[in-house]
Amino acid sequence: MSLDLVSDVLSWVLLLAGGFFVFVGGVGALRMPDFYTRMHAAGITDTLGTILVLAGVIVQAGLSLATVKLLAIGVFLLLTSPTAAYALANAARLSGLRPEDGAGSPQGDD
Amino acid sequence: MAFLGLYNYWVFAALLMIGMYAVMSRPNLIKKLLGMSIFQSAVFLLYITMDKVEGGTAPILRAGVPDAIYSNPVPQVLILTAIVVGIATLALGLAIIVRIREEYGTIEEDEIRQADRQ
Amino acid sequence: MLTLFGVFILSLLVITAVGIVRATNLFAAVMLAGLFSLQMAAMFFILDAADVALTEAAVGAGVATVLLLSGLALLDDAERQANRSRWLAVAVAVATTLLMVYATFEKPRFGDPQAPANLHVAPWYLENTPELVDIPNVVTAILATFRGYDTLGELFVIFTAGVGVLFVLAARRRDARFAQLPNADAQGLRHHLVPRVVGRLLVPFIVLFGLYVQFHADFGPGGGFQAGALVSAGLILYALLEGERAALAALSFRVLAGMIVTGALLFVGVGVAGVLMGSNFLDYSVLGSTPVAGQHVGILLVELGVGITVTGVLLTIFHAFAARASER
Repeated sequence: MSLDLVSDVLSWVLLLAGGFFVFVGGVGALRMPDFYTRMHAAGITDTLGTILVLAGVIVQAGLSLATVKLLAIGVFLLLTSPTAAYALANAARLSGLRPEDGAGSPQGDD
Repeated sequence: MAFLGLYNYWVFAALLMIGMYAVMSRPNLIKKLLGMSIFQSAVFLLYITMDKVEGGTAPILRAGVPDAIYSNPVPQVLILTAIVVGIATLALGLAIIVRIREEYGTIEEDEIRQADRQ
Repeated sequence: MLTLFGVFILSLLVITAVGIVRATNLFAAVMLAGLFSLQMAAMFFILDAADVALTEAAVGAGVATVLLLSGLALLDDAERQANRSRWLAVAVAVATTLLMVYATFEKPRFGDPQAPANLHVAPWYLENTPELVDIPNVVTAILATFRGYDTLGELFVIFTAGVGVLFVLAARRRDARFAQLPNADAQGLRHHLVPRVVGRLLVPFIVLFGLYVQFHADFGPGGGFQAGALVSAGLILYALLEGERAALAALSFRVLAGMIVTGALLFVGVGVAGVLMGSNFLDYSVLGSTPVAGQHVGILLVELGVGITVTGVLLTIFHAFAARASER
């Protein structure tokens, strides 16, 4: 069991898992009934998908300058994408879009 | 395998005509502007497709490797400036559209032409 | 494997372009255009054009989307459904596409090193850059030195576009109108605490990265155009979060106009300096102790001029739209 084989298998697993979660986020963004639930689904792409895909690539890069750059990209993405998702949801809330409950009727303002 | 090389050019032709169709057939001025920008991007794709050399890398010379193959840098230079110029003209077009909206109250081309005729 | 990826992205490009044309809601069309630019940037990177990919991502997917949205804020949101027949336009478009597809069978094989496009000047540039200019990034060498005249012309086109936007939108502010611009405590911006905190954290890093891209044009993908787009994107983020008044108090229209002019003057000044030292216009070899050192100085100053002007123009255009929106 050489180190190469272990790192290859590990990065395959991480990349496939990341790809699966991005796909789940995409399906959720299409199929969910309401704006807020769609944002919730798309948020998975921002965080879990990013972390897994970047971890998979970092395992491949080993200890080198590329890893530092990938970590910097990861930090930047984790800072900005959830903020953008929050800003979208906040803007929708402020302009009066109301979430629906399970029965499909709008809830009152809290 | 030759098909895959030609696919770039077919996509260029398709994008060119989609952009041209948007400019020709949509009366809304913003749609025309977006169609023009699709047209420009298709031309960029054509030039950059022509610069690829098989087995080559980006044209940044690496000191230790004497006969590495590099992709053609000349189209890249042309397109680099063209991209920024494209967005500058897009912004100017957008400013004119904003003024048209303020004067005529609409940005649909046929309504503007009718208002001009009166 | 990379070819498969390329084919996938090309198909996505066509689908996105059809989506842009068919979207009735203009806001959706503009967001799809941003998506289109990002896919185009990925395609450029697959085709080994690193500089161009960086520029397309920064300019097309970043600044262009913001400018279109700020313009859209002043306009209607939806396109009216056209009620006249479009079959002639469709027929013309399809016929021309088929004609072009027929023509592509005559093209040289994709990636052929003996294709005419790769034969005449390109090998000359690749061979002679190490001894004449001695920088690793050949694209920057061609842009700033070998084809410097073209870059000067492009810079003046961008300059003219900025001046044109200022003429059309009449962005001279009188002091009374300036006081009416919303500041950070105005209604809309008060609730956005999380974006404001994160944005204030990020703006210095974005500007720093823009400066990095500016000065590392010799060694990696970079240069004045990309750096200008990145720095202006950071400052536009600041303007979006802190309000128009704070942003214009930080960098007023006068300062931005000064930036536009300074960059263009710097470029032309380097050229004239070449003349004053006894050589041709835009000949950098005379600017340093050795020709190669002179080339380095010339490229640095010229890229700096381009970066300053592009920053100034993009910020001017954004503020011209945003200040007009605020005074309605």
